[in-house]
Amino acid sequence: MADRYQAPPGTPAIRTEKLNLWYGTFQALFDVDLEIKPGIITSLIGPSGCGKSTFLRSVNRIIERLGYVRTTGKIEVLGHDIFAPANELVQVRKEVGMVFQRPNPLPLSIRDNVLFGYRLHEADARTLSKSDRDEIVEKALREVLLWSSVKDRLDGPATGLSLEEQQKLCIARLLPVKPEVLLMDEPCSALDPEATEAVEELLWRLAGDYTILIVTHNMAQARRASNECIFMLLGKVIEHGLTEELFVTPQDQQTADYIEGKYG
Amino acid sequence: MEPQTTDRARSRRERRRGEDRRDRNWYIDKAVQALVFIGGISGILFIIGIFVFITKEGYGFIAETLDIGEFLTSPRWRPTSDHNPTYGALALIAGTTSVTGLAMLVSVPFSLGAAIYIGEFAKGRTRETLKILVELLAAIPSVVWGFIGLSIMNPLIIKTFNVPIGLNVLNSGLILGLMAAPIMTTIAEDALKAVPDTYREAAEALGATKWQVIYRVVLPAGKNGLVAAVLLGVGRGFGETMAVLMASGHSINLPTSVFDSVRALTATIAAELGETAVGSDHYRALFTLGILLFVVTFVINLTADLVVRGIRKK
Repeated sequence: MADRYQAPPGTPAIRTEKLNLWYGTFQALFDVDLEIKPGIITSLIGPSGCGKSTFLRSVNRIIERLGYVRTTGKIEVLGHDIFAPANELVQVRKEVGMVFQRPNPLPLSIRDNVLFGYRLHEADARTLSKSDRDEIVEKALREVLLWSSVKDRLDGPATGLSLEEQQKLCIARLLPVKPEVLLMDEPCSALDPEATEAVEELLWRLAGDYTILIVTHNMAQARRASNECIFMLLGKVIEHGLTEELFVTPQDQQTADYIEGKYG
Repeated sequence: MEPQTTDRARSRRERRRGEDRRDRNWYIDKAVQALVFIGGISGILFIIGIFVFITKEGYGFIAETLDIGEFLTSPRWRPTSDHNPTYGALALIAGTTSVTGLAMLVSVPFSLGAAIYIGEFAKGRTRETLKILVELLAAIPSVVWGFIGLSIMNPLIIKTFNVPIGLNVLNSGLILGLMAAPIMTTIAEDALKAVPDTYREAAEALGATKWQVIYRVVLPAGKNGLVAAVLLGVGRGFGETMAVLMASGHSINLPTSVFDSVRALTATIAAELGETAVGSDHYRALFTLGILLFVVTFVINLTADLVVRGIRKK
């Protein structure tokens, strides 16, 4: 397994250069140039079909599952080109964790869900003692504020948890392999307001340790739960700035109209 | 607009009485309902009918003449002996079991491999073509398989292994394995397809390789369906008659190696029933074999069905 990504301070967490992406013959992204700063929460907003999810899903190359996707341009994670031949896909997925719209815990116990990624990536996973494993599980679950509610049923099925707990578990299972970037594709759209608040709170706890990129349909959420905000429209980046500035004094008329709710 | 008014008045009257209007559609509807109902319950009627029939024919024999201990433990099946007919089915049971066992050894890895390839790796046209071919394979008549066993495998086995006869456990096991593989593949592939794609996506996003996704997520999640597929294959093996009759050598024998000829339960019934007098002990003894087969395949299929239902409940 390759070494961890090393990057000099000041390197953007994610940097793209002339990123174009096609689904078959349909072009979904046009010359996307972005620099996403490490250690903060960046939100991606825009109307349906603007390419925000497509962009998110290209950063860990999960978009390639579809089979008919073609990409040109460059994506760097901490200065490492994720399309470089020397860079294994497995390594990209280790550095870049992803949380999906619908909570998708695996049909395993809570404990095995948390350890799933660790078992894939860490060579010592097989020889690990039970207490070491328990420590990993406890640490990850504590980080997502789930430990106290599930500590007595770690061997129970993960699919038996509430949606909020499932989504937190899906975040927790990324943490043991120490990713640099967490991608979140509308992580709260299946949750009720209270659960949404709990997850947003969790995002703020995790920011700093991780770079978080979150796609949301909910403008209020972008405003509440991000440091910087990117507005996309029809596959292009229209505006990228501090969240408070983008919402109060947008530079582009299209951004202003979207924020006011004139379309979208 | 006189007629319409009366029409409407009549329908209003009928509605008040709580009755349907008995027009053409009403009769068609009722007729189709009745037809579908008959179709729906006919399965139950048939299975009960068959069970009653074979029990009726075999039961008197089981109660009066047959020594159950002998039936299950003696390998001597001599129903046509003039002075002392014996009805030991052990050799027949051993024949069926050994052939089915070998068939499963051959077909389980093949079928599961094929199902995993079709379900998880093959894409687009390859996948569709393979699925159609596998289903076509299931449609080959068993007598054709028997023919292959008799005329191709037989000399091949004699030559390759230098044995006196090629109609044996090996031959019929291989043939039966090939016959059971398509149905097992189809059902196993259905089981894999029933595993939600979100599981695969989640595992891949966590960095699992294709094989890790299959091994750690898809196979455990589809476990019940896969077990059911294997059980249905076993059931198919137990019940198969013609191919086994033609390829097994059909000689009563407790097999000690795969090169021994054997005789299967099903083949015994098929070969002997036409030559017995209706109602004779021999005739009824064959029905007893039928009951045994019926019970075994029924239990296997029922288990498979319950296992499959187990998935849905979760």
